[in-house]
Amino acid sequence: MAEIRVPALGESVSEATIGKWFKKAGDMVAVDEPLVELETDKVTIEVPAPAAGVLIDIAAKDGDTVAVGALLGAIKEGTGAAPTKAPAKPPEAAPPAPAAAKPATAAAPGPEMPLAPSVRRLAAESGVDAAAVPGTGKDGRVTKGDMLAAIERAAAQPTPVAQPAAAVQARAPSPADDAAREERVRMTRLRQTIARRLKDAQNTAAMLTTFNEVDMTQVMALRARYRDLFEKKYGGKLGFMGFFVRACVQVLKEIPNVNAEIDGADIIYKNYYHLGIAVGTERGLVVPVVRDCDQKSLAEIEQAIADFGRRARDGSLKIEDMQGGTFTISNGGIYGSLMSTPILNAPQSGILGMHKIEARPMVIDGKIEARPMMYLALSYDHRIVDGREAVTFLVRVKEFLEDPARLVLDL
Amino acid sequence: MPYDLIVIGTGPGGYVCAIRAAQLGLKTAVVEKRPTFGGTCLNVGCIPSKAMLHASEIYEEAGHSFAQMGIKVGRPSVDLAALLKYKEQNVDSNVKGVAFLFKKNKIEAFHGSGRIVAPGKVEVKSADGTTQTLETKSIVIATGSDVARLNGIDIDEKRIVSSTGALDLVEVPDKLLVVGAGVIGLELGSVWRRLGAQVTIVEFLDHILPGIDGEVARQFQRLQQKQGVAFKLASKVAAVDVSGKVLKVKVEPAAGGGAAETLEADIVLVAIGRVPYSEGLGLDAVGVRRDNRGRIIVDPQYRTSVAGIYAIGDVIAGPMLAHKAEDEGVAAAEIIAGQAGHVNYEVIPNVVYTDPEIASVGKTEEELKEAGIAYQVGKFPFTANARARANLATDGFVKILADAKTDRVLGVHILGPDAETLIAEAAIAMEFGASSEDIARTCHAHPTLSEAMKEAALAVGKRAINF
Repeated sequence: MAEIRVPALGESVSEATIGKWFKKAGDMVAVDEPLVELETDKVTIEVPAPAAGVLIDIAAKDGDTVAVGALLGAIKEGTGAAPTKAPAKPPEAAPPAPAAAKPATAAAPGPEMPLAPSVRRLAAESGVDAAAVPGTGKDGRVTKGDMLAAIERAAAQPTPVAQPAAAVQARAPSPADDAAREERVRMTRLRQTIARRLKDAQNTAAMLTTFNEVDMTQVMALRARYRDLFEKKYGGKLGFMGFFVRACVQVLKEIPNVNAEIDGADIIYKNYYHLGIAVGTERGLVVPVVRDCDQKSLAEIEQAIADFGRRARDGSLKIEDMQGGTFTISNGGIYGSLMSTPILNAPQSGILGMHKIEARPMVIDGKIEARPMMYLALSYDHRIVDGREAVTFLVRVKEFLEDPARLVLDL
Repeated sequence: MPYDLIVIGTGPGGYVCAIRAAQLGLKTAVVEKRPTFGGTCLNVGCIPSKAMLHASEIYEEAGHSFAQMGIKVGRPSVDLAALLKYKEQNVDSNVKGVAFLFKKNKIEAFHGSGRIVAPGKVEVKSADGTTQTLETKSIVIATGSDVARLNGIDIDEKRIVSSTGALDLVEVPDKLLVVGAGVIGLELGSVWRRLGAQVTIVEFLDHILPGIDGEVARQFQRLQQKQGVAFKLASKVAAVDVSGKVLKVKVEPAAGGGAAETLEADIVLVAIGRVPYSEGLGLDAVGVRRDNRGRIIVDPQYRTSVAGIYAIGDVIAGPMLAHKAEDEGVAAAEIIAGQAGHVNYEVIPNVVYTDPEIASVGKTEEELKEAGIAYQVGKFPFTANARARANLATDGFVKILADAKTDRVLGVHILGPDAETLIAEAAIAMEFGASSEDIARTCHAHPTLSEAMKEAALAVGKRAINF
């Protein structure tokens, strides 16, 4: 019998919500066939069948919260006709036993009381924290039996892992008349994570926003001029995003604090430029990261962004795609936003907000002209970025975009 | 000035209770009818029998395995008088030790028979007939137990003896007939067999050692038979004819009906058990209730039906074991002093000091089956233990019974060398709710007998290394 367990989900991801089972108990499955969709803090992933056979048991239902390593179900191997992939290859990289996250610390009786050796082993193997297991042994010690029961519970139902943020429901009851017209819906895991992380960012950073505006005439002209050629050569559309990314990278090099992060009493300067591009999906906002933007051509950046957008919408982004960003660009303009104050994507220190382009009367050489204008917003962590730097940042971005030749000349 | 506590009886339950009470600041006195302290255990039970078991074991070893180990001592012989003197010295030092502990803890001792004349009043009648009445806030009855007797068979402690007389035989009998294949009969039977007697044990039940795990008891019986002890199971002693120079013992099938046979014996040892010592204490008069077997009824705080009167040890229900009485004595003292005394009756080890020894703690396989508890067995024979082989003591095994689901150790049964010492590890493990895996994952020194415990624990998970 092959057990189906929650695979390692990447750094700092300890649990997931069962999105949907594609199979039901009794179904025949082929090796590597997707069985169940897990929603994590960051992405949705599919768990493939570790072996070919019959899905005999589903241990976690749709909507359940499961910890890394928790049992999802089991497959009775090789029953009946060989499924699609005839000579079943050994399950490649079968969901690994969860790495011993951290050595379990002492349990109930007190910090000096070591855990029984069997309990230590089970804690390390299962990831269930023995300190959180109610003990029935002498003086409340956790016995092996307690631990086995806790692991069974964890696998059978939503794990008792601490719910992030918003877990406390302290809402005063509504009047009965209104209550009947209310609907209580559980936040998706992704939504909960967004909520928690946004609030964490606000609570941590000394965040404020500075504004500027950019005349998009030149960029738009450039785009109109080369759109067809670009499309012919690269197979994708020439958008605005590539220009903004390039401009930001240039300016981040000039003002390294915006690309840095605070770690305790230290500042970590990052001499690489991984730019997160916020993408709205029907499930919520995700921020895939375009890596090493300083070494990519504008076309490569555009292609990467287009690819992420596609994958974000069909839910096939991987955890790794979302990690390691140093700066973020968020474009509220596609939804019509005229001006906004984006919230930092912690632990980053800056986020650029792009907005809607609209023709506004501008005074050019003493005359009023209609120009395609966009407001820019830079939210930044004032602990690390000075006001002068933040303002300069936007001014420099504006300069690059209003005269794209500077991007080539690096001026 | 009245006492806080008077303990009647200074056996292992009573003297321990008194000392603990004194430690907790209670003004404490004890009443003892024997000339010496320590009760049955120290005077005519555990302590003298162990001296004789030890001496006779060494004697047998000298006669058998010494040569195999290359030690030449000639043919050993027994000076029984000297052996008994060694035993007496041993008893003497132990009972004097108790007297010293009483002094050290400022416990007053009264010699004489105690009787409760009223709650808070204990009358002590000395050997010379004088009486005095002591006043106290609390009383602990720790009067222990007495030899159980067989109807129609008078124990004269000369030719028909109880365990007491069996410790004082002036010569080694040619033929010893033991009535009862319990702990006492087997221990004392093996003493005299080793010293040269031909031993026959008559047991009413169809198996020996009631209460001991069946597999252990059966294998132990085989080993005893190999050592030369004869067993007559499912049999009862109907009468003993004492008219001749040799006793003629009439043995009948226990179920009745079958043909009786007559066995000859120089000494008959009646070892059919012990009964609570609850007569002559004035219990009925003050209203202390007893059950139909004469045991004083107590609640979990050792309180009898009369306020201020407590009882512990053999005189209440439970196994008649010195260590059980000791723990109850401590608990009762603590409760009387206002603390939370407690005895875990699930984890009381039991030892039979034979060769090989038997030691057990927790449930037997029979009890687990009866209770419908699913369990796993891990067994390891001493033949596979390096230290046991070096000691030429490879008979027996360690058996661990663990819950099939939780792996918690439910019972440990040892037949083998030094089982008395090995069982302590199991008791500790069980007291802390350990799993067999916990024992298996605890480092055990090599080469020791205790490795058999670890291997048996490994065997629960089918992963014994050395077997």
